[in-house]
Parts: sequence; C-alpha cells; structure tokens
Amino acid sequence: MSTLAIRDLHVSIETDQGTKPILRGVDLTINEGETHAVMGPNGSGKSTLAYTIAGHPRYNVDSGSITLDGEDVLAMSVDERARAGLFLAMQYPVEIPGVTVSNFLRTAKTAIDGKSPAIRGWVKDVRQSMDNLRMDSAFAERNVNEGFSGGEKKRHEILQLELLKPRFAVLDETDSGLDVDALKIVSEGVNRAKDATGLGVLLITHYTRILRYIKPDFVHVFVAGRVAEEGGPELADRLEDEGYDRYVSAAAAAS
Amino acid sequence: MADRSETDTVTTLSTDPEHPAQGSTTPVVTGTGTRPAIIADATASHGAGSPVPVQTRNERFASTDVSAFPPVTGREAGWKLTPVDALQGLIAGELDGGRYELGIETTEGAEVTWVGRDDARIGTAGIPEDRAAANAWSSFQEALLVRLTGEEPSSTTLIRSAFGPTARGAHTIVDAKAFSRGVVVLDNRGSAQLAENVEILVGDGADVTVVTVQDWADEAKHVANHFAQVGRDAHLKHVVVSFGGGVVRVNPSVTLAGSGADGDLLGVYFADAAQHLESQVFLFHEADHTKGRVEYRGALQGEGAHTVWIGDVLIGPDATGTDSYEQNRNLVLTDGTRADSVPNLEIETGDIAGAGHASATGRFDDEQLFYLQARGIPEEVARRLVVRGFLSSIVQKIGVPALEVRLQDAIEAELAGEAR
Ligand SMILES: Nc1ncnc2c1ncn2[C@@H]1O[C@H](COP(=O)(O)OP(=O)(O)OP(=O)(O)O)[C@@H](O)[C@H]1O
Ligand SMILES: [Mg+2]
Repeated sequence: MSTLAIRDLHVSIETDQGTKPILRGVDLTINEGETHAVMGPNGSGKSTLAYTIAGHPRYNVDSGSITLDGEDVLAMSVDERARAGLFLAMQYPVEIPGVTVSNFLRTAKTAIDGKSPAIRGWVKDVRQSMDNLRMDSAFAERNVNEGFSGGEKKRHEILQLELLKPRFAVLDETDSGLDVDALKIVSEGVNRAKDATGLGVLLITHYTRILRYIKPDFVHVFVAGRVAEEGGPELADRLEDEGYDRYVSAAAAAS
Repeated sequence: MADRSETDTVTTLSTDPEHPAQGSTTPVVTGTGTRPAIIADATASHGAGSPVPVQTRNERFASTDVSAFPPVTGREAGWKLTPVDALQGLIAGELDGGRYELGIETTEGAEVTWVGRDDARIGTAGIPEDRAAANAWSSFQEALLVRLTGEEPSSTTLIRSAFGPTARGAHTIVDAKAFSRGVVVLDNRGSAQLAENVEILVGDGADVTVVTVQDWADEAKHVANHFAQVGRDAHLKHVVVSFGGGVVRVNPSVTLAGSGADGDLLGVYFADAAQHLESQVFLFHEADHTKGRVEYRGALQGEGAHTVWIGDVLIGPDATGTDSYEQNRNLVLTDGTRADSVPNLEIETGDIAGAGHASATGRFDDEQLFYLQARGIPEEVARRLVVRGFLSSIVQKIGVPALEVRLQDAIEAELAGEAR
C-alpha cells in the first residue's frame, strides 16, 4: 500500500518585505485510494501546500518532511517527483506557446514511463480520454493552454491525470471556474482515474460543491497555514452551512 | 482595428555585467487611426543625454559608390551595435566581384542567369545606405538574376557553399513578373567573407517568398542588404534565418510601393557563444492600403552571444488605410548574452487602419519550466521543448515544407550545442 506522508511541514517564501512564513506545521497522511479534501479560505496556504509537494522552487521548506512510501520527496527535483508518481493539477495552468498538446502529452508520457508509448495504443488512449472529457480533438494540435478558457484548462489538467496515471494527485481548485456540466465531466474524470489506478487524491477546494461528485473520505479545514480541524465527509456539510468564520476568528485570536 | 495599436516598451536586456547600462526600458507610444501622427524614435533615448534629431527613415544618405561614404568608425547610428572591426575587410577592403560557384535547383516558371552591370533592373529596388553595401555594389562584375515568370508556383534554391576564404562582393536580383508566383531560397553554407546586395522586384499581383538562410561555418562574415519593391496587390514574404556564422548582418528594406501591397517580414535566429547576428529591418508603407507584418524571434545562449534587431517602420504621407504591426521577441537561455531590440515607428498620415509594435526580451520562463517538469519532463528536455516551440512559430509561417524540416533540424542541432 502506497502512502504520502506530510509531517510538521513549515514553509516560507521570500518577498520584498522579507521572509514570510506560510505553512506552520502541516500534518497529513494520504493512503492509496483515499480522497482527502483540504478546504480553507483564500490565502490560508492551500496552493502553497500543493506547490511544495510538487517542488516549486519559490517555496522554501524550513522544517518537516514529505515522504512517499518512506522516500524523501523533498530531496527530489520537480521532475523526479512526477516520475515517482506525484501529480499536481494546477489552479492556474501555464501557457506554453509553440508546444502542442499532443507533443507535450507524448513527451510527458515518455518521461514518466521511461520509454515512448506504443504509437497506436497511445493515440487511441488520448482520443478516448479527450472524448471522455468532452474535449474536441482539435485541442491536440493547439498549443498547451494557449487561449484555453478557464474550464478548458482544467479539463486539460485532468486529461493529463488520466493519461499519466500517477499514484497521488493534488488537485488545486480544479473546481473553480467550472459550470455545473463541466464540474461533472471533470469529476467523472477524477473518479475514473481513482477506479482505474487506486489513485490517492488531495482535493483542494474553497467550496463544497465538488464534494457532491468526488466523495471525500476525510476533510481537513485549513486556516492560517495549518490544519485547524479534521473529520469525515460530514465536516464538509458543516462548512457548507457555517463557512470558515469560526475558524478564522479563532486563528486570529490565537495569533 | 484599434487593438492593433498598443503602448509597449522597448527593452534592451543585457545579462552581460560589462554593459550594466543596457537594462533600460523606454516607453514608446504608437499612433493610430485619426489621432495626430506620433513619431516615436526609440533610439533617441539610448544616447547619453544627446537628443538624436528626428530624421525620417527614408531620408538617409544613399549611394552606390563606396567612395561617397566616409570610413566607418562604429559610432554611426547604423553601425554602433555592430562589431565593425571584424567587418572592416568587407566595409573598406577590396572585394572579388566576379562570378562565384553555386548550385542551382529550379523548377518550371523560374530561370537563373548572370547579367551585366548594365542590366536595366539594377538599382531599381533600392541603393546602399551604408558603406559595406556600397562596397559590394562598387565591386560586383555580374549580377545573378532569378527571373520568376510562371503563374504556377515555382521553386528555386541557390546553394551557395563555395565562397571560400576570399572576400567577395555579390549582387543578386529577383525579378518576379506581374502575377508570377514562386519561392527563392538563398541557402548559405560553408566559409564566407561576403558583402552583398539583393534586389527583389515584385510585380503587380505577384506572390513571392524570398528566404535567406545563414547556416555558415563558425568564422564566416556576412553583410547583406536586401532591397524590395512590392507592386500593386502583390505579396512578398521575406524571411531571414540566421543560425551559423561569426558575424552576420542581414538588413532587409522593403517598400510597399503599390496600392494594396502586402509584406510579411519574418526572421528567426539562434546565437551561440561569441556569435553576432543582426538584422536592421526597414518596412516602408509608401502606398495606400498596404499591409505589413514584421516578426522576428531569436534565442541566445552562451558567453558573448549577441543579437541586434532594429525594426523601422515608416508609414508615408500617402499610405492611408495602412495596417502595420512589427514585433521582436528574444529568449535568453544563459548568462553572458546580449539582445538589443529597438522598434521604431514613424507615421506621417493620420488616416491609417492600425499600427503598433512590440518588443520583448525575456528569460526562459521558470513557470513554464516548472509546469513541464511537474509532468516528469527533465529540465533539459523541457528547455528544448520550449525553445523549439518559441522559434517554430516563425518557422511554421515560412510555408516551404522541405525548408521547415531542415530548419527544425537546425534548431535541434543548435539546442544540442553542436558546432556548426
Ligand atoms: N509569490 C508570493 N508572493 C507573496 N505572497 C505570496 C506568494 N505566494 C503566496 N503568497 C501568500 O501566501 C499566502 C498563502 O497563499 P496561497 O496561494 O497558498 O493561498 P490559498 O489558500 O491557495 O488561497 P486561494 O484560495 O486564494 O487560492 C497568501 O497570503 C499569499 O498572499
Ligand atoms: Mg490557491
């Protein structure tokens, strides 16, 4: 059984005003096949957690650890982490002019598998996944994320998730900017990946809406850089009714 | 068409610690529509305090006689970014202007011959504005003529790989008859010390692509001036590809002379350590309803890699209804490089459809790199993917499939750091 473990993680960034601590002791354990929702208000550090797991150079880990089946993730480069089975669906996917989606996907698949995919099967897989996500086949020849709408960018992230078959996926606000139809399509994609590969999911979201389609096993409330409360799916319902105010004022009182 | 006009910045980005002053950014405003004409001369702000008098771009001194030009010191506006010492042999030295050996591949509808200095076409597309061009002009004994006559598309490649170490002056004319269509490629390889002029006459309604590929050996020196006149409703696509050579300066001057003439001026370059690649582009909208697009892209990598792009666009007083846009983008891959990028736009009529320019010199974008690496792609592979993509967007516009393949291969070789 695969496990992604985050222990007492402290992360800061360098800003013009000096060093700014963002994550202040995060503990999370995600087992294969589990879905963990991380919910929290704007600026609470959710994306920071996601980027730190993926290894973005802007974020400095001051202390704590991230391990994948005991292997030190923090010692790996960004691409090594991806090849080890970690995937980040980004909140704001980057445009890459001049690089087509099909070229990009093939290059990524080759890197992850260590060999180029057999051409016929691969073309079929790509087409199938694009169909599933209701992406027009014309997207394959467009440049990565260039001129994509917000919803198209998110579908493209999930397309990669389906094709690259990671062990753990961090989905950073994959639901934001999606209308309800797109939300269903994207959620189905995530659920397909879970069924197919026993994917572990860290689902970062601001709203409970996506949890109707992707059922979490655990919910963590994230406030001011740490987990303020955790529980089962019922915690999401409470947040739906009460919002984050209670946690935010408690965190403010504590600091 | 209001979105064609924009305010942008002129940036000269240097990663060379020897030239710390080159980090300046100068805002430039471009004019549009019925607003009064705005003359923006970005070079004016580059001199140390001394204002450069605004001189309309087509009023420069020009002569075919080399002795009419004073010696070049490197302080002249047209030479100040060029390593003139390395080029003095071409600027001031004796040039062999005789026939040279070349390979000619051509299809029906095009013919290639040598013609004498008395050919009536010579000097009709334009005459030299600098001493190297005038030196070549004063030296050549015969001009190579490429005549396009067919209305079915023809294809001509001039393989010029046997110039050798002799300093030479050459003259080429591309004469495209009215309504002819064709592609002419100057495929330059091997060693060369070459100063040359290329005249391009695009007859009414003709559709012509001229590509000059500089794939020279490392020590080659090449100074070229291309002059084009584009007739009524005609289209010229002019492409400068510079990858190989020590010092390469290819300056195209294109005049959209007939109503409705259309010019696409494309360039792609990749400068390695110690290479100097330059293009001073001049696009003159002389007639009404002309359309111009200038787009040059380059990548720089390695100590002393230097590129220069100066893009002058002049919209003349009769050029009503003009639509013009020019841009230059540079991608800096390593420290120790220098990319100079200077767009200038002069507008002499208030009644245009749109005009604008953009210039950007940027480092390889870390966010792009992160995105690709986060998908398992190693840094080196990611870097190549992005550079290839960046330059391919020009290569894809050339419209000559065999050449596109060859250029993509050349980009791969550059990225692999192979000596060329
Ligand atoms: N590059 C940066 N420069 C300055 N501050 C930053 C930077 N990146 C993050 N921060 C700050 O760190 C804090 C956490 O940001 P983060 O993006 O992780 O929040 P989030 O929970 O994902 O918010 P959202 O719900 O808006 O996506 C915020 O206060 C944010 O302003
Ligand atoms: Mg966020």
